[in-house]
Parts: sequence; C-alpha cells; structure tokens
Amino acid sequence: MSEHIVTSFDQDLERIDKLIRDMGELGAEMVADATRALLSSDEPLAQRIVSEDVIMDARQRELDDAAIALIAKRQPMAQDLRTVIGAIRIAADLERIGDLAKNVAKRVPSAGGSTIPKPLSGSLQTMSELVLAQVRRAIAMYASRDAEGLVSLREDDERIDIQYTSLFRELLTYMMEDPRNITSCTHLIFCAKNLERIGDHVTNIAENGYYTLTGQQLPATRPKADETAAAQG
Amino acid sequence: MAAVDFEHRVAFNPMSEAEASRVIGVAKRRDFLFAILGVFVLVLSMGMLTALIVDLLVDGLARIDYDFLTSFPSRRPAQAGILSAWVGTSLVMLTTALIAIPLGIMAGIYLEEYAPRNWVTDIIEINVSNLAGVPSIIYGLLALGLFVYTLGLGRTVLTAGLVLALLILPVVIVATREAVRSIPLIIREGAYGMGADKWQVIWHYILPAARPGILTGAIVGLSRAIGETAPVLTIGALTFIAFLPPSPVQPEFPFLNFDWLTSPFTVMPIQMFNWISRPQEAFHINAAATGLVLIAMTLTMNAVAIWIRYRLRSQARS
Amino acid sequence: MPEAIMNQETYRQSEFARASDPSVAAGSRPNAISDTLKADVRGLSFWYDQFQALKNIDLPIAEKKVTALIGASGCGKSTLLRCFNRMHDLYPGNRYDGEIVLLPENQNIVDKGIDPIRVRLKAGMVFQKPNPFPKSIFENVASGLRVRGIRDRAVIAGRVEEVLREAALWDEVKDRLDQSAYALSGGQQQRLCIARTLAPEPELILLDEPTSALDPIATAKIEELIEKLRDHYAIVIVTHSMQQAARISAYCAFMHLGQLVEFGTNETIFTSPKEKRTQDYITGRFG
Repeated sequence: MSEHIVTSFDQDLERIDKLIRDMGELGAEMVADATRALLSSDEPLAQRIVSEDVIMDARQRELDDAAIALIAKRQPMAQDLRTVIGAIRIAADLERIGDLAKNVAKRVPSAGGSTIPKPLSGSLQTMSELVLAQVRRAIAMYASRDAEGLVSLREDDERIDIQYTSLFRELLTYMMEDPRNITSCTHLIFCAKNLERIGDHVTNIAENGYYTLTGQQLPATRPKADETAAAQG
Repeated sequence: MAAVDFEHRVAFNPMSEAEASRVIGVAKRRDFLFAILGVFVLVLSMGMLTALIVDLLVDGLARIDYDFLTSFPSRRPAQAGILSAWVGTSLVMLTTALIAIPLGIMAGIYLEEYAPRNWVTDIIEINVSNLAGVPSIIYGLLALGLFVYTLGLGRTVLTAGLVLALLILPVVIVATREAVRSIPLIIREGAYGMGADKWQVIWHYILPAARPGILTGAIVGLSRAIGETAPVLTIGALTFIAFLPPSPVQPEFPFLNFDWLTSPFTVMPIQMFNWISRPQEAFHINAAATGLVLIAMTLTMNAVAIWIRYRLRSQARS
Repeated sequence: MPEAIMNQETYRQSEFARASDPSVAAGSRPNAISDTLKADVRGLSFWYDQFQALKNIDLPIAEKKVTALIGASGCGKSTLLRCFNRMHDLYPGNRYDGEIVLLPENQNIVDKGIDPIRVRLKAGMVFQKPNPFPKSIFENVASGLRVRGIRDRAVIAGRVEEVLREAALWDEVKDRLDQSAYALSGGQQQRLCIARTLAPEPELILLDEPTSALDPIATAKIEELIEKLRDHYAIVIVTHSMQQAARISAYCAFMHLGQLVEFGTNETIFTSPKEKRTQDYITGRFG
C-alpha cells in the first residue's frame, strides 16, 4: 500500500499498528508464562502475569483512544477505515486473551505443579504449545499482511478444540479414579477451557484481520470439534 | 508531489524589528509619493476644466434669461436668442438616439451572441473598433455625398440625425458588447441549463443585466454627438434660422407628425461657431451663454443616465 | 432537417442492433445494476476540440437514487455531468460520441438530432456557485416555469409555493417573495436554485458540486434536501467531498483521466473498492 499524501496520517496508522503488535507480543508472552507457571507451580511468575494484565488493559485503552482520535481527525475510508475498526476489535480480543491468561495464573496455587499427574501435564503442555503457536502466528501474519495465512490459522483452531476434548476426558477419568483429585482437576479444567477460549479469540483475530486486509468477510461457519458437550452426556 | 523538506535549511532567519520597519518605511514612502503625483495630476486637469467653466460662467451666465432661450437669432446681439438652436439640437439628438441605440444594441448582441466565429465576423469587429477612431469630419463628407446628394435627403434634421448616429454607433456597439460579455457565465449557463432558448436568455436574462452598461455607452455616445460641429457643418446646416421645425405632436389624428425630420435646422455648436466668428464683443458673450446651455444639457443627460442606472441596480438588488 | 432525421434513423438502427445482440443484454453490460434505470451512458466519449475529455464511459443512472461522480480535478466528472443536459453545446468545437439513453423514453440525449433545449427541460442542473438571476425570489422560481411556456399567473404562484416548499425554503422566504434573490444567504440562494430547477418538473437532477461554496450548516441543509429529493428524482451529483458522496449516494463512480475506473454501490466503493486507483484516491494516497 502506497503512502498517504498527508504524512501524519501514516504515522497515526503506524502507531495503532505498533500498539496491536505490542499487545500481541504481550499476550503471547502472558500465555507462555501462564502455562509455564502452571506446569512448574511457579507462583512468583504467576504473580507477574497479573501485573502484565494491567499493562495489557492500559494498552487497549491507549489503542481505543488513538483509533477514535484517528476516526475523528481523518475520517478514514476503505482500507484505512477497515484497519482502524479491525484494530479496535483485535485489541479487544487480545485484551480478553490477557484476561484468560491471568485467570490461568490465578489458579496456579490451587492446581499447579506436583499435584498434576505426569501424563496429564504432557497433554496440558501440548495444548498450551498449540495455543501459544496460534497466538504468535496470528500476530506475525497480521503484521506481515498475510490474508491467506489467516484463513489457515482459523482452520487450525480445530486442533486446539480436539486437544481440549481429549484433555477434558482425561481429567474426568482422574476425578473418577480418586475424588481427592477433584479440586485440582476442576481448576485444571478451567485452565484448559481458558486456553481453548484463547484459541477462539485467535480465530476472531484471524477473521477480523482477514476482513481488514481484503474487505471480504470469511464465511461464518467453521468446522467445530469441541465435543466435550457430547462427552458429558 | 515533492516531499516537504526543511532539512536543507541551515538556519531559520526571521525578520528583525529593524528590518521590518525599514521594509514598511520604503513601502509607505512609495505610496505617499504616488498619492502626491496623483493629486497633482488631478488638480491640474480639474483645474483647467474648472477654469474653462468659470470663464464661460463669468462671460455668459448674465446673458442667460427667458428671452435668450425663446428668441430667434438676430443681427442685434442684445435681441438674439438660441431658440432654434436648442430645439434643433434636441430634435437631432432625439433622431440620433432613436437610430443609434436600437441599431447599436442589436449589432452588439448579434456580434456577441449570434455571429459565427469566422473571418467575416473578425473583419466586422475590427471595422467597428476602427470606425470609433475615424475623424468626425469624414462622417460629414460621407453624409454629404450619400444622404444629401445621392439619397436626396437634403440638409435636414434627419440627415444630421443619421450622420451623428453613424458617428456614435461604434461607441454603442462596443459598450453593448462589453456589457453583454461582463455578465457572469454562471447566470448565462443557469438560464440555458433551465431549458431557455437563445431568445429567452438574451431577452430575459442578458439584456436586463446588461442594461446599465448599455445605457452608459449610449449616453457617452450622445454626449459626444451633442457637441459635434464638423459633420453637421459639412452637410451644410444653416447658421441662421428664424423659424422652428414643425411640432412633432399635433392636435388631430394621428397626433404624431414627422415633418420635422425633413425641416432645415441649426444646432447649438453651429450657433456658437457663428457668433464667435463675428467681430462684436456682445456676440462673443452670446456664444459663451450658448456654451453654458450646451454644457447644462450634457450634464442633465448624464444625470438622467446615472439616475436611471441607479434605479435599475436597486431594482435588481432589493 | 435531413441530417436530424438521418441521425434518428441510425440511432434506431443501433437500438435495434443492441436489442437483438445477446452480448449486450442488460445483465452482461459493464457496470450493470439491479435497480430500474433512469438513464444509461453507453460508450460515451467526448472531445473539447482535439482533447478527449471522456473515454468510452459506461455508467447506469438509477431511478430515484443518488449517483455520485468522484475523482480528482480534471478527471472529467464535471464534463460527464454537463453531457447530461448538453451544456457543452453552448460552446463551439465540442463533440460527443456514444450514447446517453434516457429511459423509459429510450432517447439518446446526446444525439445531434435532439434539440439541446428539449434535453435541458428534462435534465435540470444546479451549479457549483449559487447563481440566482438578478430578479426577485418569486421571479427566479417562476422563470423555471416560464421557459416551459406557463403563463397563467395563478398556476405559476401555486407552483412557486409548491417547489419552494419542496426545496425547504418556503418558511424562510414566504414573507419576502418580491425581494431580490441576492438578499438571501449563500445556502438559501443554492436552495432557491434547486427550487428553480425543480419548477419545470425535470426527470433528472444534475448537481455540480452544489455545496462547495457553502458553510457546513448550509451544506447539511442541502444534503438533507437531497435525501428528500431522491425519493422522487434520479439525481447525479459531482462532489469533491468524499464524505459527502459517502453520505448521500446509493451508487458511486470513480473517474480518473477521463475514464471510469470503478463503479459500484456506496458500500463497495467506500469500504472495499476493487481497484487500487479508487482505493488510493478515496484514502488520500499517492496514485
């Protein structure tokens, strides 16, 4: 995309873009830290995530202000309009990702570390790696304006859903084996659910990013593989 | 578009107070000098005009009375009047106006609105402008040859009216064209855009808007014609007339009478010329008085024009 | 006038050819739209003497909708607008090629055989600068009726009130109809010009940057008026304000160097245009 005639317009857009990238990196870091803290029962690390979420919230407010100011000042059209509106929505998703990571971190004291059985911690590790990869890819593709990549990203969310379903079943098994596991396993179910929802937010980011870049909406339906509802029944 | 670049600038150097004062001082001095020059020129030219009028007033004002205006010329200066001269001038002016103004407006509008842009039109335009510069005595010769001898119109009011009309026709044409051309394009396009045809546009929109300009042109032309002596002399207007042309109005049907057109006549400039060439001082005073009346008539004509123009403008505005 | 008859004849033949040729059926035409058409520009080119100002334009004009023409200065948008009421015929050396077909009459209004006056009675124009005539408010509107040959004073008075109401001006001027139009403010003058254009009941209203000389309040009033008028007339507007085009138009055409680059619905053009040149123009980038 060529440059605007008014240079400061480009600078304003660049500022919004940078805020999105910063928030994305922060979000990815929070997700990584949260799973690490959970698996290694690292309470100081968990504590740090809570303070990182404050930064995340501040960034989102900053971005909202910048976006609204830009709309008021420049009355953006077409691509520019989509970029600004897209940024507002993506920032909201990133902020939710931060909240969910914080929620995982808060559960570290009650569910973390040695109480997690070995095979389970492996499954959790796999899921968190999948989610983290999705978050990182989403940010990278948005930054590099890779619309096609965003489509495949959305489809890849299915793998997280499958992983979540199997982890859910595993946790149910542990709880049935020994009622003393129920407390920690319930916390772990919430952690897994949070990770799964982070994946959903990544999907939203992919959809918004795709619309921002192309002006086309992705079709609303997408293969869903969260079968926990079926497993419960 | 070149990028905005202040990088090459070594240092910003805003104007200092002293420099600003100097620049402003130079500008003010220049304005002052030019104003002085203007006042000088104005005083000089107005002064000469005033001196001329004052001279006429001193010589002639005392001579103007009811008898002077209502008596025919006479060999005795004290009994001589300008009745036949001012009546003649008025009738000739009427004839001139009736011929020159409609013809001039029509020709101007034709040239501006209808004439195709080709070499014939170009030649007509050049000729019209050139005619305005032809010495008036040439018009007199033309009139003598064409109207008096060839057409046999005689040395009459009609002939004089025709020749003076020819003389001021270029002025009226040029004024009409200027007035028509000065009408904003958006008014013209607005009228055409509504679906008006050419005639409607000219009649309802262009002519009303051009009226003040056309009127000014006509008055300037008539003011020139009223003082013209040469062409009227050339066609042989009489210098001594002791009767009036027949009245243009008559009590019986059809109430208007055009016999005056074919009547012999004299006009005020000729009357003046005649008196000024006599040796007696008293006739010179008569000439000065006639000059004053002539100036008064011209000024009255101009005043009427200004009044009409003002009326037209305020009609359009309020 | 044999020339005119011949032109009519060739025009009918071309119509016939068009109707019988499946490749130019309505659906496959460039820039086809689903709305009823009021006019259809087909392969229109236009020359100022040697300079070609419009190049093979295809543009549908929808009935009872606003179509906006946008583009940088000199792109030909005003030239195109002025073709719709044959304004170019006022000046020598201008030449049209192609068609602007007015529907449902199915009449090619740029055909030499059609009198421009006939076209102007059907397509009224409002100009960039308010151009009331140096007459009274009443006479300004009445002049639009007089060109139609309406002489009856009662009819004229009734119709003047009607269109002044339609132009949202009646309440502001009803007590001073005999005052000069120049006594009105710029925005009122422009609404008066719109009323004057409405008076002869045109089928198509052409607006050439109607608000570029007005302040924002007066602009908003004109836009409000356009939104009312579009329920009754087909409107074509040329505007330099992208925001204005976005606010009031249903369809928008972007022009560049005498060509129509992109035509589409308002939503497409202003949120996700297809052509890069359109995108660059409406977002304010170097083209």
